[in-house]
Amino acid sequence: MLKLTRYVLYDILRSKIVIAYTLFLFVVSFGFFQLEENQSKAVLSLLNIVLIVVPLISMIFTTIHYYNSYEFIELMLSQPLSRTRILLSEFTGVSLSLISGFLIGVGVPVLFFSFNSIGISLLLAGVALTLIFTSLAFLASVKSRDKARGIGMALLLWFYFALIYDGLVLLILFSFSDYPTEKLTLVLSAFNPIDLGRIFIMLQMDVSALMGYTGALYKEFFGSGNGILFTVGIMFLWIILPMFAAAKIFKNKDL
Amino acid sequence: MKWPLIILNICLFAQASGNTITVGKNAPITTLRQAIQIANAGDTILLQKGIYKEGNILISKPVFLFGIGNPILDGENKNEILTLTGKNIVITGIQFANAGYSSMNDYAAIKVIDATGILIEKNIITNASFGVHMANTINSVIRNNQIVGTNKSEHLSGNGIHLWKCDQMLVESNSISGHRDGIYFEFVTASTIKNNQSKKNVRYGLHFMFSNNDAYLGNTFENNGAGVAVMYSKEVRMENNFFHKNWGASAYGILLKDISNSHILNNRFVQNTVGIHMEGSSRIEIGKNVFESNGWALKVQASCDDNSFFNNNFYGNSFDVATNGTMALNRFRGNYWDKYEGYDLNKDGTGDVPYHPVSMYAMVVEQSPSTLILMRSFMVTLLDKAEKAMPSLTPEHLADNAPVIKPNKL
Amino acid sequence: MIRIENINKKFKKLQALNDISAIFNRGQVISLIGPNGSGKTTLIKSILGLVKADSGNIFINGKQINGDPSYRSQIGYMPQIGRYPDNMQIGHLFRMMRDIRKLSESDVDADLLVKFNLMSIFEKPMRTLSGGTRQKVSAALAFYFNPAILILDEPTAGLDPLSSEILKEKIMQEKKKNKLILITSHILSDLDELTTDVMYLQEGRMVFLKDINALRQETGEDKLGKVIARVMRDNKKNSLWIDEVLAMKSSD
Repeated sequence: MLKLTRYVLYDILRSKIVIAYTLFLFVVSFGFFQLEENQSKAVLSLLNIVLIVVPLISMIFTTIHYYNSYEFIELMLSQPLSRTRILLSEFTGVSLSLISGFLIGVGVPVLFFSFNSIGISLLLAGVALTLIFTSLAFLASVKSRDKARGIGMALLLWFYFALIYDGLVLLILFSFSDYPTEKLTLVLSAFNPIDLGRIFIMLQMDVSALMGYTGALYKEFFGSGNGILFTVGIMFLWIILPMFAAAKIFKNKDL
Repeated sequence: MKWPLIILNICLFAQASGNTITVGKNAPITTLRQAIQIANAGDTILLQKGIYKEGNILISKPVFLFGIGNPILDGENKNEILTLTGKNIVITGIQFANAGYSSMNDYAAIKVIDATGILIEKNIITNASFGVHMANTINSVIRNNQIVGTNKSEHLSGNGIHLWKCDQMLVESNSISGHRDGIYFEFVTASTIKNNQSKKNVRYGLHFMFSNNDAYLGNTFENNGAGVAVMYSKEVRMENNFFHKNWGASAYGILLKDISNSHILNNRFVQNTVGIHMEGSSRIEIGKNVFESNGWALKVQASCDDNSFFNNNFYGNSFDVATNGTMALNRFRGNYWDKYEGYDLNKDGTGDVPYHPVSMYAMVVEQSPSTLILMRSFMVTLLDKAEKAMPSLTPEHLADNAPVIKPNKL
Repeated sequence: MIRIENINKKFKKLQALNDISAIFNRGQVISLIGPNGSGKTTLIKSILGLVKADSGNIFINGKQINGDPSYRSQIGYMPQIGRYPDNMQIGHLFRMMRDIRKLSESDVDADLLVKFNLMSIFEKPMRTLSGGTRQKVSAALAFYFNPAILILDEPTAGLDPLSSEILKEKIMQEKKKNKLILITSHILSDLDELTTDVMYLQEGRMVFLKDINALRQETGEDKLGKVIARVMRDNKKNSLWIDEVLAMKSSD
């Protein structure tokens, strides 16, 4: 498995996209810290990078990589290698390179300028979201034979999780604001990994606001041992389940 | 200044006239009660090291009670320890332990009734329901005391420093924790609360009512259950204080209720659920404060008018301003807002477009608090951006017309 | 060596394989022939596990091929169109394949690499290669691990006559080593000297699988093309294709 992963990594490094991604993140993060008068604003901008750009790039890059390495996958399939192993090697290779790109691009500036609980939670959330959206992208690409359709699906998924889902939640919460919706909200948040990541960071960043009103309930839940276990557990499920489904589909796929 | 004068008077008075009575295990007089009995006005009583369990002691003549080597007066959890009345009494350097609790009376470690010219200095008060309780007292000083309560519930504990119906008081450099309210002011006028540390009290760090013409300056209020409440008063100066980590569903840096003609200047509000919550307040000048990392920097209810917010710096607050009304009866000018995205073409340091500190999302959260879970989401950002482009729900006239580009130098 | 039992495969509406059963043994060179879309490639891919049959079983050396991929170490596969990672160099490709199978340089059969003169262009990335060179790489790769089963899908298509001869020679050599070789080709003349058995597919159905000598006797023809033509003569549908093949052959 590691052997295959090595070749996947080698291939990815040659394409230079990940290097460009790393540089982009580095320049942007560094820029935020340099340009903004105060750290909180820079961190806020970084938050948007982590919640929006990282999932998007993870998805697009993974899908394109998958279709570009179709030949490689085909070649491997005629070798005495199991399909699951091939797909997992691809996943490991892609996520490893994206995570290293993220950790260098965002991690290093954060280490220098904002090495505190907010910075660390930002990095953790970024890594988790990279893994989750890589996993989702594999599912999307394995499901559709056609490159355009695969990328389309990935984009749609991203759009859904980044924007539409929250819009729906907002709509639901607003229209049922006369009822106690806090518990429902907790459940709803589990169905969107971006939300989970955001809440995870918010617990560090907006702890003051979270202590008010219903916020205290969220803080109490997500801040407690159980809540952290819940968040981490659901995040793991978000990594594992799409990849599991992808492996299952890939296993029975005609090539 | 009149304060140093008073203190000087007391000291001169104590030293100039009167004898010195020493109380201690090996001294001729072994109990404080005895010493008080035999003391004449103006005498000095030196209380030597030791534990004294003498129940309630009443002092009604001008004496100078001076603890040497941290003597302990123990109330054995059933007595009020010292009761003072009259004038020119000094209590210093004594530890008061275990003053009793009663649901009928407000037992205190030191209670002062109907007095003037009292100085309570450098004492330590532990495990008392009320620490220092003063009623109907004028011209007195509570300074450099350490008052540590036991953090019981709101009903079971009393206030650290409790002043009722007093005038011309100075509360300075005390540290108070673990009480119901750190400092409690009711009907107290022309007084100053200065450089105190009020932390981890069950309810308010400072509870302030019906008290006009007072100032509180340079205090730190941290981690109190509900922050600071200033109510039903006018002509209050609040300057150079530090409000920190007052967290909770109804915790405020400052809660202002029916306050008028007051000043809130040069304070720092950091990591409070709400920096300043104001209702029914008018003609308050709120300037040169720093609001940093609060949930809501300001909550201005519709019942407030004619207040002005100027030259404050707002950084990293989840929400800058929230309101429940649509009217803009207050003025914002020359503040620094880290969320401001305008420009300054003529480079005069002032933004060329107004800043609307009430965001759409702040309005939404006000109506439907559970939407707080969506904070910082892309959806909310879009919502705010859209609202900025076409204001429909947020109060359009509530704006800072001259926001500064760089933080105000404070 | 390979036993196929009643396999069926449908791509949407198209029945690609229809109830095919066959047994291939060591020492045989099976020519898989049939018109375009008759299911030859699908059958090969089914054996390789690239296509999953809807029903039926395939056994390699008595072991069913679901799950454990290790049986593929006995198969050398040369695809119809070899596709390789664009950025990979030829030498790198071979090194990687060896690496994956955990074999050293001495374990492999580099015969074709030498004969096709691929060693000299080891540094070239795959994307710069012509179709023919790519075919050479595919062929060299198929024989590289000295597998007991060789599956060659249109091996000579796109190869120049010289290379084509080299490849045929190599196949002959391997045949002598008592291996099982499956070949599909449209160029029937190429198969003449190699074939021991003919499997004829048509619209996903196996029409026959017979010993070449038996067929020759039956038809009285010597050349494979003619044999097939004779067999299929009565079958109107196929006569067209056979004519085409024969026409092509005569123009050779």
